[in-house]
Amino acid sequence: MAKIELKNVTKSYGAVEVIKGIDLDIKKGEFMVFVGPSGCGKSTLLRLISGLEEITTGDMLFDDQRVNNLVPSDRGIAMVFQSYALYPHMKVYDNMAFGMKLAKQDKAAIDKRVRDAARMLQIEHLLDRLPRQLSGGQRQRVAIGRAIVRDPRVFLFDEPLSNLDAALRVATRLEIAKLHETMSDVTMIYVTHDQVEAMTLADRIAVLRDGRLEQLGTPAELYESPNSVFVAGFIGSPKMNFLKGKFAEDKGCATLGARPEHIDIVPEGTGDWSGEVVHAEDLGSDNYLFVEIGADEPLIVRQPGKLAIPQGSKVSLQPQPQHLHRFGADDRPLR
Amino acid sequence: MSHPLIKTIGFYALVAVIVVFAVFPFYYAIVTSFSSGTALFQVNYWPKSFNWVNYETVMGNRNFVRSIVNSVFIAGCTVAFALFLAVTAAYALSRVSFRGRGLLLMTILAVSMFPQIAVLAGLFELVRFLGIFNTPWAMILSYTIFTLPFTVWVLTTFMRDLPVEIEEAAIVDGATPWVIVTKVFLPLLWPALVTTGLLAFIGAWNEFLFALTFTSSESMRTVPVAIALLSGASQQEIPWGPIMAASVIVTVPLIVLVLIFQRKIVAGLTAGGVKG
Repeated sequence: MAKIELKNVTKSYGAVEVIKGIDLDIKKGEFMVFVGPSGCGKSTLLRLISGLEEITTGDMLFDDQRVNNLVPSDRGIAMVFQSYALYPHMKVYDNMAFGMKLAKQDKAAIDKRVRDAARMLQIEHLLDRLPRQLSGGQRQRVAIGRAIVRDPRVFLFDEPLSNLDAALRVATRLEIAKLHETMSDVTMIYVTHDQVEAMTLADRIAVLRDGRLEQLGTPAELYESPNSVFVAGFIGSPKMNFLKGKFAEDKGCATLGARPEHIDIVPEGTGDWSGEVVHAEDLGSDNYLFVEIGADEPLIVRQPGKLAIPQGSKVSLQPQPQHLHRFGADDRPLR
Repeated sequence: MSHPLIKTIGFYALVAVIVVFAVFPFYYAIVTSFSSGTALFQVNYWPKSFNWVNYETVMGNRNFVRSIVNSVFIAGCTVAFALFLAVTAAYALSRVSFRGRGLLLMTILAVSMFPQIAVLAGLFELVRFLGIFNTPWAMILSYTIFTLPFTVWVLTTFMRDLPVEIEEAAIVDGATPWVIVTKVFLPLLWPALVTTGLLAFIGAWNEFLFALTFTSSESMRTVPVAIALLSGASQQEIPWGPIMAASVIVTVPLIVLVLIFQRKIVAGLTAGGVKG
């Protein structure tokens, strides 16, 4: 429900500058994901938007209204924490109703909102339980439910899936995607270090590095035309192969990037590169081949289906030219 | 083969020794309190007769009953004030970052190093200055001062261990610091509150030196002073029977309190709120 604008926002703790001037427009109803490695400032940025931390310089606007000095509860935000952060001594119902109770809302209205949210998340049968009687996935649902009850303009997620196991993570991810569809006019901001979550959930992704915005774009844009070696390496799994030295010089650049899925195995002697398979991983649906072609690290090649290439065999490789990423000495792409 | 058996026997023997060591004086006081006359001066390990005359003497003494009321009031107020001040102080010391916080914490701890006798004269002047000499407030003030460092320190440590995210979730829900302390932290701090409150109560209940110094009239005395000043028929007679009966009477409330709250000390209350 809110359009969010960040204008040259910085954040310092004493002499240490954590956020180094970020300009960002988040559209109304958009699902924005902040990704980046640990310590890049993505969580801090989320906390600045939430109001749990104060902005050092710059401006933050929600629907053209300056919110720099607004406390979190007046910003119309709701937040889902990594550790769930449920109130341990309150039943699920009271956990979800706490915010509305503090706002002195009418009992019937609270009850309706809590029950609606519980129905939406299928946790109605848990309303009388204490958090410690719930499983991790259930706790995280309650935390999401608590956020829904607040009826926020902006939904903030701080690595909500990190504490869940792999299967639950996928299920909860789907749930969050569904939530975004149902509450399509609520702006959602989601912090993660997992690029799969970013790619699957986001309308747009903001890649952060070292307190700066490295690139902003749709998942497809980031995947197809990364703005730097950093983004190219961060988005996509397995990671993009980077070649330097003579491999790059052959293609007229300082660093050559080729995604594992964009390298084909070709008949002996016809490819640009050749080498020995030093390791192979069979995932059932895909095969990852690690090929030593004389670069710094083995080249990862991803091939669909079943492959009968034993370790130690020689293969010839040909990158798909239209999918090659060429970067200059400044790590920026050459186009 | 007999190793575990020896271990078990040794363990319970040690437990028995400790229990006897800790409980025997009190037990002997009970036994003594039920005897009268010359029976007081015979060494009896088992009660021979149940004679309530000592209890009747003590409870018939109007000033002694008044002392019990004084003690309850003073210890209760001390606990209430100390916990209120300590909880609010602990919130500031554990969650609000300000310059000199560490120094302040160390100072609070350092205050508890001073022996009572060292500050007695100063406190006496303060009590006179405030005009609360010979009133319960003199004791409440001094006991609160002496119990606060410990209470603040323990609660600060406890509160620091509460997950920050729970507090932040409450902030997002629109809770003020007061609401956070009373509605979110206090329920989680119950075990710590009960423990520190109980210790403060026991401290205030047993205190003698201040209570002796800051009161002058018999009706203002607390129980320990009243017992110490119990007098017999003549100066030469120490009324052991009533003294023992009085000791038993004033110990029982403490034991009852500990037994009640022991059940309330629930470990792991924070479990489930955050990923543990």
